[in-house]
Amino acid sequence: MQRQVALIKQSLFDQGYLDEQFIELEELQDDANPNFVEEVATLYFKDSARLISNIEQALERGSFDFNRLDNYMHQFKGSSTSIGASKVKTECTMFREYCRVGNAEGWQDRRGPRRLHVGPSNTGTDQ
Amino acid sequence: MMNRGLGSGGGSSSGKNQGGEAVVEMFPSGLRVLVVDDDPTCLMILERMLRTCLYEVTKCNRAEMALSLLRKNKHGFDIVISDVHMPDMDGFKLLEHVGLEMDLPVIMMSADDSKSVVLKGVTHGAVDYLIKPVRMEALKNIWQHVVRKRRTEWSGVPTHSGSVEETGERQRQQQQREAVSGGEEDGADDNNSSSVNEGGNNNWRNSSSSSSRKRKEEEGGEEQGDEDASNLKKPRVVWSVELHQQFVAAVNQLGVEKAVPKKILELMNVPGLTRENVASHLQKYRIYLRRLGGVSQHQGSLNNSFMTSQDASFGSLPTLNGFDLQALAQLPAQSLAQLQAAGLGRPAAMNSKPGLPVSSSIVDERSVFSFDNPKMSLLHGVPTGMEPRQLAGLQQHRMTIQQQIAAVRAGHSLQNNGMRMPLASQQQQPFSRPQQSSIRQPMLPNRSGFSGRSSIPESSRVLPTTSYTNLAAQQQHSMAFSNFQQELPLNSFPLASAPGLSVRKPHSSSYREDVNSSEAGFTAPSYDMFSSRQNDWDLRSMLSPHQDSQAYSSSSMSRNNNSAVAATDHSRNHHQQTPQGMVSHHQVYGNGGGSSVKVKAETMGFHEQYSNQEDLMSALLKQEGIGPVDTEFDFDAYSIDDIPV
Repeated sequence: MQRQVALIKQSLFDQGYLDEQFIELEELQDDANPNFVEEVATLYFKDSARLISNIEQALERGSFDFNRLDNYMHQFKGSSTSIGASKVKTECTMFREYCRVGNAEGWQDRRGPRRLHVGPSNTGTDQ
Repeated sequence: MMNRGLGSGGGSSSGKNQGGEAVVEMFPSGLRVLVVDDDPTCLMILERMLRTCLYEVTKCNRAEMALSLLRKNKHGFDIVISDVHMPDMDGFKLLEHVGLEMDLPVIMMSADDSKSVVLKGVTHGAVDYLIKPVRMEALKNIWQHVVRKRRTEWSGVPTHSGSVEETGERQRQQQQREAVSGGEEDGADDNNSSSVNEGGNNNWRNSSSSSSRKRKEEEGGEEQGDEDASNLKKPRVVWSVELHQQFVAAVNQLGVEKAVPKKILELMNVPGLTRENVASHLQKYRIYLRRLGGVSQHQGSLNNSFMTSQDASFGSLPTLNGFDLQALAQLPAQSLAQLQAAGLGRPAAMNSKPGLPVSSSIVDERSVFSFDNPKMSLLHGVPTGMEPRQLAGLQQHRMTIQQQIAAVRAGHSLQNNGMRMPLASQQQQPFSRPQQSSIRQPMLPNRSGFSGRSSIPESSRVLPTTSYTNLAAQQQHSMAFSNFQQELPLNSFPLASAPGLSVRKPHSSSYREDVNSSEAGFTAPSYDMFSSRQNDWDLRSMLSPHQDSQAYSSSSMSRNNNSAVAATDHSRNHHQQTPQGMVSHHQVYGNGGGSSVKVKAETMGFHEQYSNQEDLMSALLKQEGIGPVDTEFDFDAYSIDDIPV
């Protein structure tokens, strides 16, 4: 089981979903805080889920409020970088770029893939 | 998790004050950080990271809440870290508010690394701008901003160091402490009441202030200012024996006349030491040297030893706090050296042994003094010439010192050392050793007492003094070092307990054991004090018979230190040991060895009075300054072989 977790985790790294920041977080975990990474990840997912739904709502409206979208994206990006979710971070950056230029369609095209890797995943902390 | 952010406000930082002492010691641990970020993930990660850095963290996910927290607890935080983009208030606005109302350093952070935003941070007065993801390394160094800010704030504020200096935590502590300790010092110009100064910084400062009072006036309180400023977040620089030795070596290399703080600093190459620290120390040292030159009654060497002893004593003195360093000061120069040794030993003893390293280092240096008893190292400087009245005074101080020592010990092992000195010096003040203190070294704030002593009454009784001078010369550095060392440890958190004092023990076994330990590191100043005391005593006795002086001083010092313990031993040792030339540094301290027996007797008597290191210190001080204290300590005939400690 642990091996599976490890494998999954490794694949996440390999695919670029996770970066070294995640490793930093893992290093913060110790005996005194045994579930730190798990806690952080959980928090992240909860928060990002909230953000994503906000974003979606904003996107579904007829006219896009790019400023607000940009804000959401910024938040999302911040969370993602803090946790080491590099792909998400990249997507956010691109999304913000789109927002900046007012390219709503471009973002929508990318929405799908993003949702994929933003989801509860086994971060390998909970054994 | 959200709760954390919400609830944490207010809770974590309050404990600082109480834990002041501990905090002070661990600087930068204990730094009180307020983190503001609307992102809960980030907030949690930051909190965890900061906790790992041993900082005290308070989380906040709303800027308004953060502001109210800050307002409610004006001095509850040392630094604020805030996100740039927040829903309820712009991060920059918060930055402005904090800067205006609380004048705390604020660090901005964001995932946004565009130059314009960073520039905005700078123009709004942020002390730093971190890009997310924030890494541990970046957080580890945030304390520098606190120190920097304090330095600029206090840089011209001489005295009143107590309240201003040190990081907020310390401040608080100090203030509290000061209030509590009140006026251990006579002048208590510093808030840092010598007594148990919380982080020893206070003590050091106080003592230094007392000792450096003169200096301050001379320099316009520059010392204090320096100390304060430089100690902002850093604990006062404790000029342990080692450090002092380094200092002396650097000075000698450059030439005493030509030595300038900057070059000395470079030569010493001690991280965390500022030019101001060196400058003030140099000043003290110069005064000390001058004094030595003047007090050549006994012997020029004595002066040296005196100096050293002074240093030592200073170092130890601080710990002694209660020591009547002044009294010691009165003692002839010789005694001074002894005192130093004692002082050094004291500090060590005072502190709880761990600080011994300082003393030991001193010992090494002291060896120069050739204390018979290596143990004396620290207290070697105890001026044998403790005058009766001084002795008496010492006694009194002893008690105080003891108390102080105990207090100090409690505070921080290392820091205490440094602190002790101040404490001791403070106490010494009553003895009016001003001269001595000023000499020696900035480090010996306490020394001030010694400096007075340096005048070292040449009285024969002071035999040890003579030895002191000898020793002092050599030991000076060591003493100073030990003192410094002690102090050093105090300052920087990394204080790793005085380096190397461990040497102390080598002293003749008899060297007060306590002293030995003290030598090791001022942390246990008590030891040093004692040992030095004893040494001093021994030295003193020795001095008369021989000029081993150094050995004497050490012995006398040591004697003083552990008057109770090895007092007798020392004296014996001293005699026997005969200035072996500082067998192992320790000797310096306590060596006065056999010859110093006579002196020892005197000192011993003295020592005994001090039962505690503190006492020794004071005794030393007294000796130096007090001159024949026989009467009280029954030194009458210097024939006190072993002061029944």
